[in-house]
Amino acid sequence: MFKYLETHLPKLVLAPTVIAMLVCMYGFIAWTAGLSFTKSRMLPQWEFVGLDQYARLFSNPRWQVALDNLFIFVFLFILVSLVLGLLLAIFLDQKVRAEGALRTIYLYPMAISFVVTGTAWKWILNPGLGIEKLVRDFGFTDFEFRWLVEQDMAIYTIVIAAVWQSSGFVMAMFLAGLRGVDDNLVKAAQIDGASKIQTYWHIILPMMKPVFFGAIVVLAHIAIKSFDLVQALTGGGPGYASDLPANFMYTFAFSRAQMGLGAASAMIMLCGVLAILVPYLYSELRTKRS
Amino acid sequence: MNSLQLKMGRALIYGLLITFALLYLGPLYVMLVTSLKDIEEIRGGNILALPEHLNFSAWSKAWSSACTGTDCEGLAPYFWNSVRIVIPAVLISTLIGAFNGYVLAQWQFKGSNMLFGALLFGCFIPFQVILLPMAKLLAILGLANTVTGLVAVHVVYGVTFTTLFFRNYYVAIPNELVRAARLDGAPFFTIFWRIFLPMSTPIIVVTVIWQFTQIWNDFLFGVVYSGPGTQPITVALNNLVNTSVGGKQYNVDMAAAIIAALPTLFVYFVAGKYFVRGLTAGAVKG
Repeated sequence: MFKYLETHLPKLVLAPTVIAMLVCMYGFIAWTAGLSFTKSRMLPQWEFVGLDQYARLFSNPRWQVALDNLFIFVFLFILVSLVLGLLLAIFLDQKVRAEGALRTIYLYPMAISFVVTGTAWKWILNPGLGIEKLVRDFGFTDFEFRWLVEQDMAIYTIVIAAVWQSSGFVMAMFLAGLRGVDDNLVKAAQIDGASKIQTYWHIILPMMKPVFFGAIVVLAHIAIKSFDLVQALTGGGPGYASDLPANFMYTFAFSRAQMGLGAASAMIMLCGVLAILVPYLYSELRTKRS
Repeated sequence: MNSLQLKMGRALIYGLLITFALLYLGPLYVMLVTSLKDIEEIRGGNILALPEHLNFSAWSKAWSSACTGTDCEGLAPYFWNSVRIVIPAVLISTLIGAFNGYVLAQWQFKGSNMLFGALLFGCFIPFQVILLPMAKLLAILGLANTVTGLVAVHVVYGVTFTTLFFRNYYVAIPNELVRAARLDGAPFFTIFWRIFLPMSTPIIVVTVIWQFTQIWNDFLFGVVYSGPGTQPITVALNNLVNTSVGGKQYNVDMAAAIIAALPTLFVYFVAGKYFVRGLTAGAVKG
């Protein structure tokens, strides 16, 4: 008996986690998937209706807005964060003084929650008292900046706040990548007469490809899961103009008692994450093997 | 390149770096000065203006008497709720992660790598996909709207990350160590206790900081699985900002936001090195 325990101890130690994983991850995903094929509203009920909830989902104008917003948000958030992060990393890599302090400053927003970030930017972008007032005080008395309450512009305030929060992280990733570049390569290029910009563009940036991919995966992942920032900054408004899928899911599953619809939207979100993740992991594994 | 060009290049680099540093610091500065003004000053001046005199009344209001929905006890009770959620959740998930990582890295068995892969997937799933069944399970267990329930949820979904951290750390340690110790008759836990734990300080620090930041900053689980009286600080902050009894009080909002951010900011400034390491380990390799 003792001997048996001793040999199987490693598996026993792992058992609670494995059980929790099977139930709370895979089991729950299956449960949500099942629920998305039923007509459940307030309570789960297992009357199957096929793909009806998905049909309802995609004919729901609010879901369409959330999806459109997600595309705008993902695209701009990733693009601006990458450009900004890369730029800051390259500049920081020029043997500048106080590099540590600057790095700390660029990265500190990452330690703050999205709710605090949203609260802060809600005040900064306040129509009337925020940036608008500031610029008017400088003498531009006709200046208008009311994105927070404009249907078409509210989603861009989310981009601004999210970039502020996460671009420092991209900077840290690129800086780590740049530090890994072989100095001799750079020197050789410069002896050959390449300018600094040419060296970066033709030699160093192509070497940063894995960092680009890694950063894109991380940022896309943050973007698809984004929920708290919208909740704190715009509350999804005005109306539902700045909703993202995560906010849609929360509203319909928990406030509107539309469980089936909420489950269907959650499944679409999962598929979105998988669509990004699977190719990435596949390419990662392939490069590791070769 | 002549020296004038070189100097201009340096000036450009420093100019841009400093401009961006100011832009990143801006929101924190705005929050701080706004929290120290009274409401007339806020309406009269602009967001960058310094307060005429230091006025901490918004801070004490945010802490002990501001309204978060119908309750008007400030953020204090919710701050302590967060503390009561974070401490056990961080300790338990770190401990479990350490044991899991030890097994997955040093006591591999048939299928253990596949298990690890299956577990890693948990770092990536959008939690929306587990929200509904977890609510049901908590209700069945009688843990709906309780601090214990929130601790359990954070442990379950935090263990994927903590296991990843410890496994990747222990996998770099040669397996001969365990083999030699086993030949000497040392049992499983003794090897962990005597050999692995003493060299784990860096990874424990990274994991604790990562978990602390994640759980303190969580809003999704907090808003779905807490009830009146058990809400964490992020949920209370959001309620406070959206409660407008007696007019908007931007100074109180900002003081409350800083209070909610202080613990994680403190950790970041004290142990930033480990914080960054956790981010890259959790996000890149994840």
